[in-house]
Amino acid sequence: METVNVLTPAVRQTAISGMERLRADFPILGIRVEDKPLVYLDNAASSQMPQIVIDRLVRYQKTQHANIHRAVHHLSGIATQEYEAARRKLQCFISAREEREVIFTSGTTDSINLVMHGYGRKFIQEGDEIILTALEHHSNIVPWQMLAEEKGARIRVVPINDAGELLVEEYEKLFNSRTRFVGLSHVSNALGSINPIKRMIATAHQHGVPVLVDGAQAAPHLKIDVRDLDCDFYAFSAHKMCGPTGIGILYGKAHLLESMQPFKGGGDMITSVSFEKTTYNEIPYKFEAGTPPIAAAIGFGAAIDYLEQIGLDAIAAYEHELLVYASEQIRALPGVRIVGDCQNKVAVISFVMDGIHPHDVGTLLNQDGIAVRTGHHCAQPIMQRFNVAATSRASFSFYNTKKEIDTLVEGIRSVQKVFAQ
Amino acid sequence: MSLKSIYQEVILDHNRKPRNYGALRSPSHHATGHNPLCGDRIDLDINMHDGRIDEIAFRGESCAICKASSSMMTNAVKGKSFQEAEELIREFREMLVDGIEKDFDHLGRLKVLAGVRDLPTRIKCAILPWHTLHAAMNSVAGATTEADDHEDQLVANNH
Ligand SMILES: Cc1ncc(COP(=O)(O)O)c(C=O)c1O
Repeated sequence: METVNVLTPAVRQTAISGMERLRADFPILGIRVEDKPLVYLDNAASSQMPQIVIDRLVRYQKTQHANIHRAVHHLSGIATQEYEAARRKLQCFISAREEREVIFTSGTTDSINLVMHGYGRKFIQEGDEIILTALEHHSNIVPWQMLAEEKGARIRVVPINDAGELLVEEYEKLFNSRTRFVGLSHVSNALGSINPIKRMIATAHQHGVPVLVDGAQAAPHLKIDVRDLDCDFYAFSAHKMCGPTGIGILYGKAHLLESMQPFKGGGDMITSVSFEKTTYNEIPYKFEAGTPPIAAAIGFGAAIDYLEQIGLDAIAAYEHELLVYASEQIRALPGVRIVGDCQNKVAVISFVMDGIHPHDVGTLLNQDGIAVRTGHHCAQPIMQRFNVAATSRASFSFYNTKKEIDTLVEGIRSVQKVFAQ
Repeated sequence: MSLKSIYQEVILDHNRKPRNYGALRSPSHHATGHNPLCGDRIDLDINMHDGRIDEIAFRGESCAICKASSSMMTNAVKGKSFQEAEELIREFREMLVDGIEKDFDHLGRLKVLAGVRDLPTRIKCAILPWHTLHAAMNSVAGATTEADDHEDQLVANNH
């Protein structure tokens, strides 16, 4: 079972006081909304970017930009070098064995679609079964439904309990001789639940079934070690971890990536092309057709450097403090219920308020400068499971503070006051 | 008028005590309105006789702005002819969506919803019941907020 890293009290204290200083790294945190200081609690949707990453993007555009892997001139050389250096940073960040196991994609959704097309369409046949969980984001449901429809395959779903935890025993019972693939989120975006994926991956492997992990909500908050997890694929997006939009990665075990068919055709993904026969390039280039978002990839590398400098362990410990504090405060409010209040979770709190629709909660909190997400969070099966149309979700980052949580709690009270008129 | 005061005055009143809330026993026209972005959904029943809205009722799961807009709409169109109701839908859209600057005094109480114009993310909540009314009167099964031009969407829904 993966748990949040807990540091010694002394280390934690330094980590925490250090964290509050990090706010100054984020220019956007200084803006005002509705004439109040911004309280940004929508980090699960997209996080903010520190100055150092912004500067990196600017430096690239001002002094290093050209197309990569193409020309012999100076700039193309530098751009290629920096792009590949970013790949190596990602490789180290997730402890992948080889850098060619890291494919740049446009984000988690693109990564999952790559696996669906490259692996799924090649290896999944009629009557085969794909296991997904009830906690998945739509991006790890819809591609598999499209595949199931095309192939006549079947999707089986791992259920959850009232706390928003996967029922692992039920998962184990879903395996049979037709099971061909497992898609699993590391952390639920709607509820924050951390799933026991290491154990679940081991179970799948006992049945000879590969596992794709959607790590979009885990990579910003937890130390990821793909070799320790032994997952076959792992996907995440830069924009949820201080990086730019339009870039993410797919990690895949080399032998699996090699066995797969390309997803997109075009330049850079071939070694030779004639109208009679085209030979595909080696991995990872086989999966990187066309000119990639070079600046974004380099910015992603800078974001990884920034996060590693703070340390994922320190981030996890501090965010856990925020979670505990916020959960206590919100649980104590009458007329407010946390949805998915499980033990092992990242700093995400989904809640509903008696008689007040989340949309109204979001609009009124915005009047106090507070940004939360309201809606179904692209996870409608979870909403159905908890019998709610939508929730309000506060999701925290290491640059949030307890004082901001107090503002949120005050904001929730004032929403109740408005509706109590 | 500040946003909070909109919430306090008319909208909250209609949210708490929605008018014409429920179902008609055997409606001559019905439509379901859906906002896929937030999951809001309303059902609208009408009884039309001789081209006039005799009875109207709505129900559903929605935010306060959508519920208040539905409630006020049902009050406003009850007893109106098909043409009068269509005219009101058009004017309401002009006020809220098209942002046309003109005098909307004749819209009466509906005018308080003009404040929603300052909340671009919530305009769809206020407009949904009106799309749904248009769909119901024209015997189209449903309406959605996810179409810029509701005429196109309604045609698409016919299939
Ligand atoms: C769990 C999860 N998976 C996938 C995604 C999709 O990520 P992206 O939109 O960056 O492709 C998200 C983002 O909302 C997510 O939270």
